Amino acid sequence: METARTDERTKLREIIARYHGEKSSLIAILQDIQEAYNYLPVAILKMVGQEMDIPLMRVYEVATFYNAFSLTPRGKNVVEVCAGTACHVKGAINLLENLERELEIKCGETTKDETFTLEQVRCLGCCSLAPVVRIDGNIHAYLTQQQIPDILRNYRK
Amino acid sequence: MSKINTLEDLNKAGKRGLATLIPSGTKIMVGMATSGIASGAQDVYHALDREIRERRLDIILSRTGSMGMDCMEPLVDVLEPGKPRLAYGKITAKKAPTLLEQIAKGTIETIKPFYRMDEEESIILGKSKRYGDGSVPAYLKEIPTIKEIPFYAKQVKIATRNCGLIDPESIDEYIAKGGYSGLYKAITGMKPEAIIKEVIASGLRGRGGGGFPAGIKWKTCREAKGDVKYVICNGDEGDPGAYMDRSVMEGDPHSVIEGMIIGAFAIGSHDGYIYVRNEYPLAVANLGKAIEKAREYGLLGKNIFNSGFDFDIRISKGAGAFVCGESTALMASLEGAAGEPRAKYIHTVEHGLWNRPSNLNNVETWANVPAILTRGGKWFAGIGAQNSTGTKVFSVVGKINNIGLVEVPMGTPLKDIVYDIGGGVPHGRKFKAVQTGGPSGGCIPEKLIDLRVDFDELWKAGSMMGSGGMIVMDDRTCMVDIARYFIEFLESESCGKCIPCREGVRRMRDILEDICAGKGQAGDVELLETMSQAIIDGSLCALGGSAPNPVLSTIRYFRDEYDAHIKEGRCPAGVCKALIKYSVDSETCTGCGMCVKVCPTGAARGEKKQPHVIDEATCTRCGACLESCKFDAINVK
Ligand SMILES: Cc1cc2nc3c(=O)[nH]c(=O)nc-3n(C[C@H](O)[C@H](O)[C@H](O)COP(=O)(O)O)c2cc1C
Ligand code: FES
Repeated sequence: METARTDERTKLREIIARYHGEKSSLIAILQDIQEAYNYLPVAILKMVGQEMDIPLMRVYEVATFYNAFSLTPRGKNVVEVCAGTACHVKGAINLLENLERELEIKCGETTKDETFTLEQVRCLGCCSLAPVVRIDGNIHAYLTQQQIPDILRNYRK
Repeated sequence: MSKINTLEDLNKAGKRGLATLIPSGTKIMVGMATSGIASGAQDVYHALDREIRERRLDIILSRTGSMGMDCMEPLVDVLEPGKPRLAYGKITAKKAPTLLEQIAKGTIETIKPFYRMDEEESIILGKSKRYGDGSVPAYLKEIPTIKEIPFYAKQVKIATRNCGLIDPESIDEYIAKGGYSGLYKAITGMKPEAIIKEVIASGLRGRGGGGFPAGIKWKTCREAKGDVKYVICNGDEGDPGAYMDRSVMEGDPHSVIEGMIIGAFAIGSHDGYIYVRNEYPLAVANLGKAIEKAREYGLLGKNIFNSGFDFDIRISKGAGAFVCGESTALMASLEGAAGEPRAKYIHTVEHGLWNRPSNLNNVETWANVPAILTRGGKWFAGIGAQNSTGTKVFSVVGKINNIGLVEVPMGTPLKDIVYDIGGGVPHGRKFKAVQTGGPSGGCIPEKLIDLRVDFDELWKAGSMMGSGGMIVMDDRTCMVDIARYFIEFLESESCGKCIPCREGVRRMRDILEDICAGKGQAGDVELLETMSQAIIDGSLCALGGSAPNPVLSTIRYFRDEYDAHIKEGRCPAGVCKALIKYSVDSETCTGCGMCVKVCPTGAARGEKKQPHVIDEATCTRCGACLESCKFDAINVK
């Protein structure tokens, strides 16, 4: 346990060093932590406060203000349904409901086997390909409900 | 790489760029912007690359950004010596060998290009360069030129001048198109005041939404007290349905960087920031590489063009908060804090980032600056409309045939954009409205189709320019649902600092949800109007101040739809789930069984080859049957 903690602290120090410990880089540092852990573990956030000499309240404020941060573990594949205007008028809500059914979770939740987390995002900038869903960073364009089972199967592998 | 210190150095780099831009051999370009990649451009690129290497072909393969015609993606352009440049649409990896064979044979037999370009335009240099000797081989005469196809005919490209033409990773190609000559002219030959005068004369107004004159902002920031000043680029592009800034950052990052250096020199700033939204990884990557290249060339860093002027740029990534596009929230976010806006009376040009004078402009605004410096403010002011000079990039998306990015002179009639460029509404449906201005904007109804699109005309019509999203809607788009959609968006994006926005918008969402759920009451519309005024008057920042716009504009033009929901319990567009019914048209149904197969609840039933039926009680109105029916036999009412 002790060594695990030390390891994590070393890892965190590395991340903080990338930004020379600048307090103004807090968001970038949290982004890197999320990249490393897939979410923002509270224990690490506490360490961030200590290492950077920022009150935990401030760290927490930033971590909860921005939509990109998650304080709970996320699945192996993050499924992001675009809820931008172009996707909305092309029926994105039906895609979201379909995914909720297929994955048996609500938007914002993670499947029990931790394979998928379902989220909504505001416009992926691929509005010309609406409706779009991004899975694991890959954009799936002109998506129809019919295609969903096959696509999910590919990510389950 | 040696530094660029003189005009001669710059010209040398330009020559190098021209050698790859229009090489002596054959070149194939693949559109690799995010939208291209999402359509499969990566596979196409790899397939071409493999074939070229396996067959040892003497062909240069290169990547470009997007020319805007996203509906034809993946796009591949072919440039052979002495011939016009040919554009091929919807190319797949499978088609790659055929395309290469066709090039070897010198035909267009199997895959037809959809347009040709006889010359390469450079708006910065103010001239075009013919490919080869400019002659067009007989077999290519039947292919329309780019200016003959309706999508491009009315476009004038200034901000997106290089997108899709150059390799965004090649600073030399950017220079070959006249890049960094505006900066050279500004730094070596002009006083900061003269630069600002030029920008004021151009009439350039901010492209991020507010439309504030850029030159005036620069002047105020220059005159503000303080030794340390900041120049910032707003690449947050939060309006859903808009992606012009992404296209510029991905496809022509140097245009933004050059604009910022010119601005920094004029204002007297040595530190620049580009704030890019989290959702745009490729934009961040391409900007990062471009900044590195500019540093290598000495165009960023110390003593630019031996002038003694220093300037550098840092990229900062957003973390998914719409409000961070607002100037004071953006600066708070750059400082590493939560992005909460400040009261409006404190001006960021005097007290901005770290409480120092800061000049924030949008991506597209910056990208216009180099063109203004090289061609002159007067030239720019001669394009577009009276009080809205120049061009504007729009993302024309939604229910429209030719989906894509278009850049047209300000004042272009909406009709030209929707029908000529956009090619009208698909599937023979009826055009209803265009939504502009993002969540702060409104819907322009069909009856205003002749409206000339500029800052002031949109404002008069109850909408806004915003960042340039144009979401086209047809008779199957419910305007009450759209109002609900935007209000729900703003409720979740409100930072919560001031009460009118936090609580007012939430209450409006409740009312709109009720109306969409068939629980609307007489007087709801009037209540929405009263609340709107209170929110507009009482909010701290423009997010709240403009939040009611989508509601007010839909009430203004589509009151009948609100009444249908409230008084008749009917959603005329067939969208609001509580108010609609799915049924099968027994005349057109062939009994193919598709709806039965896709229906998740078993509501769609029927024997093969017999007309099917949908059981109302178990139907969840998920639309799966509608989407999959090949015979248009599903009715929604
Ligand atoms: C809620 C809100 C969101 C905004 N989002 C953006 C944005 O995403 N991109 C942008 O350039 N401007 C945005 N703006 C406008 C900026 O506050 C600012 O006016 C603009 O970046 C200034 O640059 P410009 O004068 O070149 O347009 C937003 C404003 C508000 C109130
Ligand atoms: S609206 Fe979905 S990608 Fe823009």
